[in-house]
Amino acid sequence: MRLARDLHPVAWWTWAVGLAVAASCTTNPLLLLVLLGVITLVVLTCRSDQPWARSFRLYVWLGVVVIAVRILFRILLGGDVPGQVLFTLPAIPLPDWAAGISLLGPFTREELLAAAYEGLRLATLLIAVGAANALANPKRLMKSLPPALYEIGTAMTVAISVVPQLADSARRVRAAQQLRGGPQGRFRRLRGVRRLLVPILEDSFDRSLALAAGMDARGYGRTGELTAAQRRGTGALIIAGLLGVCVGVYAFLDSTAPRILALPMLAVGTLVALGGFALAGRRVQRTRYRPDRWRLPEIVVAASGIAAGAGMWGVWRWDPQVAHPGVLVVPEVTLPALAAALVAVLPVWAAPLPVTAQRREEALA
Amino acid sequence: MLELRGITLTYDAADHPDGSRPTTVLDGIDLTVSDGELVVLAGPTGVGKSTLLGVVAGLVPSYTGGTLTGDVLLDGVSIIERPARERAHAIGYVGQNPAAWFVTDTVEEELAFGMEQLGLPATTMRRRVEETLDLLGIAELRYRDLRTLSGGQQQRVAIGAVLTVHPRLLVLDEPTSALDPTAAEDVLATLTRLVHDLGVSVLVAEHRLERVVPFADRLCLLGGDPARPGTVRVGDPAEVLRDAPIAPPIVELGRLAGWEPLPLTVRDARRQAPELTARLGGPPHRERPASAEPIVEVRRLVLAHGRTPVLREVDLALSPGTVTALMGRNGAGKSTLLWALQGRHEAGSGTVRVVGADPSSLRPEERRSTTGLVPQSPADLLYLETVAAECAAADLSAGADPGACRGLLERLAPGIDPDHHPRDLSEGQRLALAVAIVLTARPPVLLLDEPTRGLDYPAKRALAGLLRELAREPGARRAVLVATHDVEFVAQVADDLVVLAEGEVVSAGPVARGVSESPAFAPQVTKVLGAGWLGVDDVAERLAAGSAGVTP
Repeated sequence: MRLARDLHPVAWWTWAVGLAVAASCTTNPLLLLVLLGVITLVVLTCRSDQPWARSFRLYVWLGVVVIAVRILFRILLGGDVPGQVLFTLPAIPLPDWAAGISLLGPFTREELLAAAYEGLRLATLLIAVGAANALANPKRLMKSLPPALYEIGTAMTVAISVVPQLADSARRVRAAQQLRGGPQGRFRRLRGVRRLLVPILEDSFDRSLALAAGMDARGYGRTGELTAAQRRGTGALIIAGLLGVCVGVYAFLDSTAPRILALPMLAVGTLVALGGFALAGRRVQRTRYRPDRWRLPEIVVAASGIAAGAGMWGVWRWDPQVAHPGVLVVPEVTLPALAAALVAVLPVWAAPLPVTAQRREEALA
Repeated sequence: MLELRGITLTYDAADHPDGSRPTTVLDGIDLTVSDGELVVLAGPTGVGKSTLLGVVAGLVPSYTGGTLTGDVLLDGVSIIERPARERAHAIGYVGQNPAAWFVTDTVEEELAFGMEQLGLPATTMRRRVEETLDLLGIAELRYRDLRTLSGGQQQRVAIGAVLTVHPRLLVLDEPTSALDPTAAEDVLATLTRLVHDLGVSVLVAEHRLERVVPFADRLCLLGGDPARPGTVRVGDPAEVLRDAPIAPPIVELGRLAGWEPLPLTVRDARRQAPELTARLGGPPHRERPASAEPIVEVRRLVLAHGRTPVLREVDLALSPGTVTALMGRNGAGKSTLLWALQGRHEAGSGTVRVVGADPSSLRPEERRSTTGLVPQSPADLLYLETVAAECAAADLSAGADPGACRGLLERLAPGIDPDHHPRDLSEGQRLALAVAIVLTARPPVLLLDEPTRGLDYPAKRALAGLLRELAREPGARRAVLVATHDVEFVAQVADDLVVLAEGEVVSAGPVARGVSESPAFAPQVTKVLGAGWLGVDDVAERLAAGSAGVTP
């Protein structure tokens, strides 16, 4: 029997990042549409009924806006691309110093397709991130971070959760403002916006301050018995380690740099930084209530995302005609490419049932 | 255990909204709380009770600004330099609006959060979470999303969340202000149990003294001295309340009747009551407006949020000239009913008629001309920079005389600086402002959702007077509906009482009958003098009439 529970948030993020990588590897609209379908299907079957689960729609709209903006800009700034002209707008002549840029003018089918493909790719990327937001509980995500990063993680997840809260308070304030007479006069619209924005912004500032105070009062960020010298020591270790990693990465990529700075430096830097993290983690006297654990479903979900990303990267590497069909021919789909996109649909069966209020009540009854 | 020595908090001229002079909020406060003691902090609206509690918890001045001098000692060790997080193991703080404080999503995680910060072992955490769930009676809520809880449930979760850490001192800012009478008694009973069984000390700020004073070991009155509002008087509750500007009804009754010692509990008062009852004679008859065609009529209203029904076949009629109180447990559907009358929620089935029309079919401006609603979070209504600007905008949009809103505000909460930013007002003052803004339009149907949170006794009395006056205004045909948990306020203001439970109307009728039927809803004066007597005002009136009759 499959028990309803939350999947490890890192598993969902891994899956989503895999899909984002997959999306960024291709401009083939058919593949992108398959990816979009996969993402939507997984979100609809696996999301819980928590507030953040509703944020998915927002990202879908954002995707639509991205495509539209992309096409509009192409219409505005495109021109001069040979091809089958769809319609011609009167071109606006620009002075000489702006040569190479043309406003409006003829708009071709090729331009439309290129803009749409690019837009679709970006939209898929965004929607993949949105899927992670809708599926993974942001507050549980912070619990999965290593102890040394706990505080940064909390700050970040609080920042992530601002959007649904804003939506909440927007609804409340809108309802409340309808109870009050509106402003009159010429700038009514403008002041109407202000009537909504001011309470919402104030509300969110108040909320952040209250949340910070609340977390502080409950012991968040305690340093305990640690002395200042110890704290500085750990900080120095982490920063030195990260610097080492940076130098190592640079040397690794830049073939003219001395080889001694490459892999050895990378390794030493990583070790020092890890040591710093371990020290920092040890000083953190914090424990976890019911920690998330990695079990089989988590591994399958994460692996399916990675497989999709890796597969699509493979398609881009070895079969560029499929990954980037261009705008002149009808895009084609091969079996491996399709498989790479479809493998990400596995969570529909592999993930545990999402936790909903109804299931909880049944469990309690 | 905890000792405050000469705590003084001033806001510099730069911090202060009008930028002119430094303001002293707390003025040389000395207070000790010993082990296992329950100290109640009382005072008029906006006097700085929350600020003082913040000083104890370590949140003031780091989150509010201002200059703090003096010393805070915990077991003789100065902790004034320690931030709130380093005090969390010993001092548990529950703020005024618990919903804004929640860090996690679910009840269970919220209870565990504090323990996680202290690094308690996992097994201890599991055990304490279960214990606390039972202690507060919220076991069935354990998986619930915190945002879906009702106010009272949220309050209990917030208390539970600090209790799991086993602090030695609990600091609570108006813990029962959002709770229905029964839930409030539960919470207070829990607090007393903690004090008695575990030796936890409690410092609690509360406006509704009638609820907490019987449990209090000592009372700390802040702002009792009008000349120096930042000072405190600490002492035995009966002693401090003798001449305090704010006093629960039972103390006022005692003062009126000249009882000695001043009774603090209904039981004490009852012992002295027979003499007064004999003097008073039969209970007063509260005059009811002549029955007229109801202005609001709700028939078999069913309303659901999503798939959960919130109102089940509710019938309600409000006649002009009456003030009706709407009571019921947290989450019984009171707010939903108000918003349905306003027109925001459409009826699932049944009919809603407000001044002859279905409000959900009206445009917003038409709704505004028929109903005025003061929502539960009054700050949502406010959007301008100063109190004066808010009032002017309200006058303008209501077409009222300039100064109408300001006048109403002055009656509810006198002495608010018109140049203050609404956000700088205390909770109670802000509520008064929102109420004043909505009342300025003088709509024929007036709905108020929990209008007494954070208001002190004089402000509540002023609000009650104002609502009664608005309802009775000649030729206005106006009905007022107030959703509240405050039984004393109901006794002051209402003609009729409607009690909701789980979305159904369980009783409806005149308030005197409604409140005497159930002990949970009975105001203190009714408990002491018997059915028919609702408030101290009734008694005062009768006594005045009696003495007037004797003298000539």
